[in-house]
Amino acid sequence: MTVIATESLSKRYPRVTALDRLSMDIGPGVTGLVGANGAGKSTLIKILLGLSPATEGRAAVLGLDVATSGGEIRERVGYMPEHDCLPPDVSATEFVVHMARMSGLPPAAARERTADTLRHVGLYEERYRPIGGYSTGMKQRVKLAQALVHDPQLVFLDEPTNGLDPVGRDEMLALIRRVHTDFGISVLVTSHLLGELERTCDHVVVVDGGKLLRSSSTTDFTQTTTTLAVEVTDSDEHPDGTGALRKALHGLGVDTQDDGGGLPGAGHTVLLEAAGEETYDLVRDVVADLGLGLVRMEQRRHHIAEVFRTKDAESTEDETAETAADGAQGRAASERAAAWAANTAKTATTAAAEQTGGGSDAR
Amino acid sequence: MPADSTQIHNIGYRHYDGPRLGRAYATRSLFSQSLRGAYGLGRSAKSKVLPMILFGVMCAPALIMVAVAVATKANDLPIDYTRYAIVLQAVISLYLAAQAPQTVSRDLRFQTVPLYFSRPIDRVDYVRAKFAALSSALFILTAAPLIVLYVGALLAKLDFADQTKGFAQGLVSVALLSVLFSGIALVISAVTPRRGFGIAAVIAVLTISYGAVSTVQAIAHEQGSSEAISWLGLFSPITLIDGLQTAFLGATSAFPGKEGPSAGAGVVYVVVVLALIAGSYAALLRRYRKAGL
Repeated sequence: MTVIATESLSKRYPRVTALDRLSMDIGPGVTGLVGANGAGKSTLIKILLGLSPATEGRAAVLGLDVATSGGEIRERVGYMPEHDCLPPDVSATEFVVHMARMSGLPPAAARERTADTLRHVGLYEERYRPIGGYSTGMKQRVKLAQALVHDPQLVFLDEPTNGLDPVGRDEMLALIRRVHTDFGISVLVTSHLLGELERTCDHVVVVDGGKLLRSSSTTDFTQTTTTLAVEVTDSDEHPDGTGALRKALHGLGVDTQDDGGGLPGAGHTVLLEAAGEETYDLVRDVVADLGLGLVRMEQRRHHIAEVFRTKDAESTEDETAETAADGAQGRAASERAAAWAANTAKTATTAAAEQTGGGSDAR
Repeated sequence: MPADSTQIHNIGYRHYDGPRLGRAYATRSLFSQSLRGAYGLGRSAKSKVLPMILFGVMCAPALIMVAVAVATKANDLPIDYTRYAIVLQAVISLYLAAQAPQTVSRDLRFQTVPLYFSRPIDRVDYVRAKFAALSSALFILTAAPLIVLYVGALLAKLDFADQTKGFAQGLVSVALLSVLFSGIALVISAVTPRRGFGIAAVIAVLTISYGAVSTVQAIAHEQGSSEAISWLGLFSPITLIDGLQTAFLGATSAFPGKEGPSAGAGVVYVVVVLALIAGSYAALLRRYRKAGL
């Protein structure tokens, strides 16, 4: 099933070409739309909402033609704008109820859905207070709630992490992920940060200057080769735990590398290629045999930025810096590592490994 | 006790499969929300103060007149139905200056407009709902004292046919006034989204135009050119309504020397009023063409 389909979609203004023969098909799930400011992301959303006619080409949202069925599309999709859009003198509840009615929900249903949606986005008692007193993070949640209140099949989120601090960013990204996994709503999220989207999206579309640069699944280019990062404690028997692990793994014919990033703690991280499930088991056994504590074992994805670096070296430099910082925080703990940690029975390793599991659950 | 009754369940996300009532319903909801908002209902207590005071001020003279008429057993009300709004035009201007920016500028200033246009309604629905809401709010403000006068007149046992005719003429007059004034005030507010600006601009346009027109009319009256007086009335909203109702609704003109327009000139008044209403509607539509996302 295709959620969004465009066919040589172009939008030209007298002096600027905002979109240039853009053709793509986007399926259900979370899709990231990446591009620098002015790459045509907002223009694309405007056309997809049926609010601005395309100069050339066609587009369909949920199987409906944007040129002729704008109203029907807008009844089924939600939109969260990039800019501030909340009046400060009303409460979140009043505002979202009003927006629900604007989407055609009867009064009782509008109130019920508002209460539900605000709870899902994480607004509780404060929803009765005027929006003017909210923090940026809370305002972003209200904006998300108004886009979800009428239970759309698809939401357009325009730069939802704008202006948020790192913690707020992570919470918003986790929320966006839940919009798809828990609510079953497809998401098109724009950002100019690749690093954010690779953690959240199933699929990433990169546009630049109104042209499609690349459209592919995130798993395609971040999970074909998996690097495993392992960190262990030292013990009396092995004062240099990391070195001992390296040696033991070498003995078993597994190549290891340093974390060459020069980041703090890099010397204590062992990187190795994970061939499959057995590599995880092997590391677990080796660490347990050595009697070391396993501090962390996580999948280190290749960053999308690396994939695009060859193509677009200059323009992605900022994003690369961003993703490197993310990587240092060890955010990319994989589900597989977490599942493995939960299943491990060996006492020495379990306690330590659960730190990893706990970390990825919180995410 | 069964175990499940003591647990708190996270019921998770529930989908909505109830009715979606579409554009017409959304437009009606926007209309009622804006109409209520124009009297501060559904908003903070602070925003109720001004419209309610003005509503009281608008009705108070009518109550006093009725009380006097009943007590003195007068033969007629001290004021014509059609004249009431003209006399209290300052209150109407104040009300509009406060509520027209509230009706449209807030959505523009806080950039809420894109949220409306990303929903089933389009700009035509939005403009109609806002226009209708402010016109209705103004009609309530101007018609309420007329109702007080009419009920009082009947209580004072004044001539029924006479009073009903006057009341009906008054209602038509304030209905036109409401639509005309709302249109003008909305256009002004929609192009001045900044706080305070809209208020000042609405007051300025309504009162300065009246002041200028009546001054020039007074000069014309001094010089004895009664023809000019009736044509000058075309240049301010309140004198437009005055001239129109003098020509067609049996009102006595408030122009200097009571020199209201004749039926022929009255037709021009009607044309100008309708053109202004249509023009402000078109201007609003134009304004919102760019206010999309």
